Amino acid sequence: MPYETDYTNQGFTKVGTRVNRPDGVDKVTGRAKYGADANAAGQLVGRVLRSPHAHALITKIDTSKAEKLPGVKAVLTGKDFPDLTGGNRGLMDILENCMARGRALYDGHAVAAVAAIDADTANKALKLIKVTYKQLPHVTDVDEAIKPSAPIIHDWVRTAGVTPAPTTASNVAQRSEFGHGDVDAGFAQADVIIEKSFKTEQTHQGYIEPHACLATLGPDGSGELWVTTQGHFTFRNVCASLLGLEVAKLKVTSSEIGGGFGGKTHVWTEPVALQLSRKANRPVKLVMSRDEVFRATGPTSSTSVDVKIGAKRNGKITAATAELRYQSGAFPGMWAMFGAMTSFACYDLKNVKSVGFDVLVNRPKVAAYRAPSAPMAAFAVESVVDMLAAEIGMDAVDFRIKNAAKKGTKASYGPVYGPIGIGPTLDAVKNHPHMKRKLGKNQGRGVACGFWFNFGGQTCTDLNIGVDGSVNLTVGTVDVGGSRASLALIAAEELGIDYEQVRVTIGDTNSLGHNDTTEGSRGTFSSGMATIFAARNAVEVLKQRAAATWDIPVEQVVWEAGEARAKGKQNNNLPPLSLKEIAAKSPRTGGPIAGHNEVVADGAGVSFASHMCDVEVDPETGATKILRYTVVQDAGKAIHPDYVEGQFQGGAAQGIGWALNEEYIYGDDGRLQNAGFLDYRIPVCSDLPFIDTQILEIPNPNHPYGVRGVGETSIVPPLAAIGNAVSNAVGVRMTHVPMSPPRILKAIEDGQA
Amino acid sequence: MRFESPTTTKAAATLLASESGVAHVLAGGTDLLVRMKMGSIEPDLVVDIKRIESLRTLKVAAAGVQIGAAVPAVRLGESDKLRSLWPGVVEAANLIGSDQIQGRCTVVGNLCNASPAADSVPALIAAGAKALVVGPKGKRRVAVEKVVLGPGRTSLARDEFIEAVVLPARTGKSADAYLRFTPRTEMDIAVVSAAINLTLSRGIVQSAKVVLGAVAPTAVIVPAAAKALIGTKLDDAALDKMVAACRAACNPIDDKRGTIAYRTKVAGVMARRAALIAYERAGGSK
Repeated sequence: MPYETDYTNQGFTKVGTRVNRPDGVDKVTGRAKYGADANAAGQLVGRVLRSPHAHALITKIDTSKAEKLPGVKAVLTGKDFPDLTGGNRGLMDILENCMARGRALYDGHAVAAVAAIDADTANKALKLIKVTYKQLPHVTDVDEAIKPSAPIIHDWVRTAGVTPAPTTASNVAQRSEFGHGDVDAGFAQADVIIEKSFKTEQTHQGYIEPHACLATLGPDGSGELWVTTQGHFTFRNVCASLLGLEVAKLKVTSSEIGGGFGGKTHVWTEPVALQLSRKANRPVKLVMSRDEVFRATGPTSSTSVDVKIGAKRNGKITAATAELRYQSGAFPGMWAMFGAMTSFACYDLKNVKSVGFDVLVNRPKVAAYRAPSAPMAAFAVESVVDMLAAEIGMDAVDFRIKNAAKKGTKASYGPVYGPIGIGPTLDAVKNHPHMKRKLGKNQGRGVACGFWFNFGGQTCTDLNIGVDGSVNLTVGTVDVGGSRASLALIAAEELGIDYEQVRVTIGDTNSLGHNDTTEGSRGTFSSGMATIFAARNAVEVLKQRAAATWDIPVEQVVWEAGEARAKGKQNNNLPPLSLKEIAAKSPRTGGPIAGHNEVVADGAGVSFASHMCDVEVDPETGATKILRYTVVQDAGKAIHPDYVEGQFQGGAAQGIGWALNEEYIYGDDGRLQNAGFLDYRIPVCSDLPFIDTQILEIPNPNHPYGVRGVGETSIVPPLAAIGNAVSNAVGVRMTHVPMSPPRILKAIEDGQA
Repeated sequence: MRFESPTTTKAAATLLASESGVAHVLAGGTDLLVRMKMGSIEPDLVVDIKRIESLRTLKVAAAGVQIGAAVPAVRLGESDKLRSLWPGVVEAANLIGSDQIQGRCTVVGNLCNASPAADSVPALIAAGAKALVVGPKGKRRVAVEKVVLGPGRTSLARDEFIEAVVLPARTGKSADAYLRFTPRTEMDIAVVSAAINLTLSRGIVQSAKVVLGAVAPTAVIVPAAAKALIGTKLDDAALDKMVAACRAACNPIDDKRGTIAYRTKVAGVMARRAALIAYERAGGSK
């Protein structure tokens, strides 16, 4: 849906200003209600028993003692979840992940659950459940899992995307290939070819708020769920499907969210809490511990990637290939496919091929993590791009500029790009004062680019004008990154009223039509689009009311600067009617004034970023200090620049943690060794420099304001930017993320040997 | 679970002695409460010693320092006099956890938690600190290095607790220093650490104590490393010898926080850097 908007002269008065966030006071005073903050009369405490084994048959579960413990109101195992999936394997994977069905597939896999009158009783009950396991061979490493000798995770998995279709089971769930041209011919034309392999370890989104919900489900099949989620409509649909409920009878309300970053797009304990409630016929509150969050929610893939790129001496890339192996945990995913799609998306390539392998291991089911799969592919590709530039003696930024994708480029994953921002971000990097800072001893600089698709999706929005002229905007996309402020600005812009006059509410599932989950950086893009249309619909009503008041044809009414104005000389005697005045009269002119919109917000503009960072590495300890970090990213149009900058900084901060210290560490026994924030090291404030940002605005032609999603792209370049910076500082190519001090020190020593 | 807050050491010792179940002593609680919340311990009795007045006192004098078991780490850093007498002990205590943790945690608690990676323990040992142990039969004085037997294990009897640690008199040109390595800048736990205590005369090291943390089940005193420094002005050869002695004394494990090779290497790096800091603080110049 192309818009004929003149993006150069939009004359915004509200959009683009840095107003105070509407949720700020609630959040700093403790009034905001998060997942664990809801309570119901008579509620029980739900707790989950989890497998201590990486892979085991559950030969028997004896719950009799737990059931007899006074205060225990319900005990569940896999048998309490009948298969209602109708043969839908994806749904069955979700169900089996929520509660094991005869086999524990990873350390932390749920095997039973209890609801009791208090936490002590629930904990005692868990200890009284006797599970008999028969341990099976396990595999947790992505490269080990594809070896023929590896234990098979699921005997029903046949590698998809391979012809002819395999007849034997494999841990490779899917092969995905993208690209175009003739890579062999391309490499034959190259003067220089660099080929290198990389590994990245598994990381968690690290949201501070654990998963939490309050579930009520009665014997009549109607229920309510209060939950911290990025998508309450999706949670409703999935829970209803798994538990045999009608969607209209399960009302799901999203709480304030203490971070999600993709990890709260999937159900984990929510169906369990609902089923416990149904069995006990009491409300059940279920809050995960931090240990459970690490062991049994959805971290991102660990990966192993081979990249090969060839170029002419003049700096033009002639061919590029990548083979990407992403583990998806104990259930199939689409993560390697995303890695393969994004790997070369920044470049204009004649001959390109990327192949992804989705690999099953005995680890928790992988979930989305901010631009899922793209950072690891970018780490490998951008590292090789740097090596190639160095090899042919060209500045690494100039080399990228020479090969950058532009409008009309056929992307490596298929589509032809419209107006895009990769070139402009690189130009901005080249001209940035950061690049002129002199580097000292043991210091290095790195630059890297990143890409993310972005997503639009189903959206449904209501705008209601109160009798006093205040406006309630009800949206169905959870506010994970400041969308309420941005959407209020958009409504104020369209209506011509003050930002403070608009209150934005996240509606529950019974107050709006379906909204897709807030993922793919879609919140402000899609609900912004629906808000614009809903507001324009409300303006039509406002104009009709004004016309009726004046008793003139509606065609003679225009809406300008927040008021209805009667056009034409014959109407000169009619003073304008403000929104407030029209609203005050509304009970007598036709009732409440509202605008509504439902839309599939197609055309989310792709997003590019280029990052630069300076590091200093202690050559005796391998410790890295980030000295300076700058993000340049295309936002299309920054509705609320503070929040856009915050997204840029947040993605960079998470990327820095991933690059330097964060990793899941599994023992030989297949158990996670660092399920807590002490040994799973997300950065603390003093680990980070001020992260500088520069917003570019290359309008997305598919959005009335030119908006592109901004939330995710910022995590794509950091692994590579820091990898390049560290490699330049120590003189050894770093190929394994995180670049923890022991890994860097070993690389330095191996390089000297 | 019973929670008691006695006001005398004798009452506390009696409570511990008469408990037949699992009893734990609570000072700052920054380790105990975490372990209780994680479900790794389920005490029948918790004895809070913070109400015992004498345990809340910090006495600082050149003739000796006494740090009560209920004195939070933050108070050590607030004493200019203590900072000038024992800068290494203070910097070790002020590295534990975070500002918030230091508002509650105590060096005696850090000692009794018996973690190989405890920050204040190597510094206390290097300082020659003694622990004042209270039990139903009275009091005894024991060198700090005799308190910890292994990870989570101490030499205290089940009815004993420590009321204070004391640091000896400071003489001549003396100073100490503590350094640790952590991947994060704070809110972290030592992968390896080193404490050095030196006394100089005319710029030459007269006495030295070198202690390493997180490289063995307990903090390790390295006499050979101290010997390498004595009689020198910390020239490169002396430092190299000390570093070699430190590395030879390491008996670490491979775990999620670091490899054997990494800990062994960085133990020497920390010791060398700490020695130079202590030397400069003691008035030595190179």
